[in-house]
Amino acid sequence: MTEVTGVYRRRLWINRWNLAMSLLTMAFGMSFLLWILATLFMRGFAALSPALLTQMTPPPGSDGGLANAIFGSAAMVAVATFISTPIGILAGIYLAEFGKNGLVASVTRFINDILLSAPSIVIGLFIYTVVVARVEHFSGWAGSLALALLAIPVVVRTTENMLRLVPNSLREAAVAMGAPMWKVILMVTLKAVRAGVITGVLLAVARVSGETAPLLFTALNNQFWNTDMNAPMANLPVVIFQFAMSPFEQWQHLAWAGALLITLAVLVLNIMARVLFRQTAPK
Amino acid sequence: MNLEIPGLRPELAARPDATPATLATKIAVRNLDFFYGKFQGLKNINLEIAERRVTAFIGPSGCGKSTLLRTLNRMYSLYPGQRAVGEIAFNGRNVLDPGVDLNMLRAKIGMVFQKPTPFPMSIHDNIAFGVRLYERLSPRQMDERVEWALTKAAMWEEAKDKLKQSGMALSGGQQQRLCIARAVAVKPEVLLLDEPTSALDPISTAKIEELISELKTDYTIAIVTHNMQQAARVSDYTAYMYLGELIEFGATDDLFLKPRRKETEDYITGRFG
Repeated sequence: MTEVTGVYRRRLWINRWNLAMSLLTMAFGMSFLLWILATLFMRGFAALSPALLTQMTPPPGSDGGLANAIFGSAAMVAVATFISTPIGILAGIYLAEFGKNGLVASVTRFINDILLSAPSIVIGLFIYTVVVARVEHFSGWAGSLALALLAIPVVVRTTENMLRLVPNSLREAAVAMGAPMWKVILMVTLKAVRAGVITGVLLAVARVSGETAPLLFTALNNQFWNTDMNAPMANLPVVIFQFAMSPFEQWQHLAWAGALLITLAVLVLNIMARVLFRQTAPK
Repeated sequence: MNLEIPGLRPELAARPDATPATLATKIAVRNLDFFYGKFQGLKNINLEIAERRVTAFIGPSGCGKSTLLRTLNRMYSLYPGQRAVGEIAFNGRNVLDPGVDLNMLRAKIGMVFQKPTPFPMSIHDNIAFGVRLYERLSPRQMDERVEWALTKAAMWEEAKDKLKQSGMALSGGQQQRLCIARAVAVKPEVLLLDEPTSALDPISTAKIEELISELKTDYTIAIVTHNMQQAARVSDYTAYMYLGELIEFGATDDLFLKPRRKETEDYITGRFG
């Protein structure tokens, strides 16, 4: 064995220094995340009660629950998912299987990327202008539309990326059987990456379920139980926004409970997405 | 017959008819040129593929042998910018005609690729996929067809207990035989094999070569291979290609034992390629 030279010793020290620095920065970032989660869990769990699921959002100064907001959020996210999933998957199929590098596909991809990073408040204002201002009232439908617009680019992007992972040889093999293109896509390529596509949908749902800004201008809020999508609808993010800034203690408690519920829902969605993806990820 | 063609080199003029007259020609390629955009991948190919025989295409990488195979079932039509000019006569029609129904063509001319490509479904459904495209079978008839195809591909004994399992879970050699079974199941007339064993171990390779010899009693087979021994073992006719040209084509024994062209001899003796 050669002797430990000065050059080698220097390299060892640089390595240690870099490792220490990266650990430190990671700890810095993680500590805030843990701090947020710890606060949320402590305050949120303290505020949890069965009344959350059975009672409506209360007027200031009295006790109540979040039943109407939970239902409103679930309903609007469900409608948004229902709208955005087929549109997003079909657009993703077009980009990956038909448009490829053509002009239409390139322009679509570029616009989709812009939408993907568009501030959600812009989407909210857009729906406010074209829907709410026209029909002259806030509604659950408008909220769903705004959420759908936010979800579509996510689904488009993941569907396209997943389909691009399908080896061309698989596509050719299906074509070589004499299968028409729609069968090749539906029964072979899309099927090969269905876990990835479903993951994309779940992540899109997770993303929109915490959005506040687009709902402020569209669904607004409603302190009563409401299943009419044509009327303004209560929803967790806007209730949190409103209650957390209020001076009333009961409202603040409810805001913490709502924040915890959303976080848990998003966490569950993310875990589901990961488990699903790992089960049948393309090799 | 002593035909003198002016301007043709004697060794070409003396070339006997590529396929003996006793055999029916299944596919006749005439004056075929192929273009990848501006690049010409095939230059004036002329050859005949005999019915119920194995025809092998050999040559160094990039010589156009896979390209030629992919023109026979119009695989290249998937890609804009690729085009073929000339004639490929099959069942009385020119395969290259714009009016040809590609799906029907591909049902008659099946293809197996270099990499095993099981579809993301069960073994049973992998085989039923192609059959369902053209035939309406009862579940019992379909089961019979699946068994028949797997038997043809020497897979039945291994697969019969796991027909419901995913085709992706099989070993590489089994996957490739599943792909052959899948191609056979739709009862094509011609099978195109594009380097079917280059991703497989020697035992699986031997099984597939054995299979090719059995399948040729019912099917016309065209195989592209990098492996000259394989061409010598499995084929009746061999075509040696180089830089997009067909250099020599004839009975496999003749081509390997007494090649007429210097280029062929250099390639098969390993002095080049």
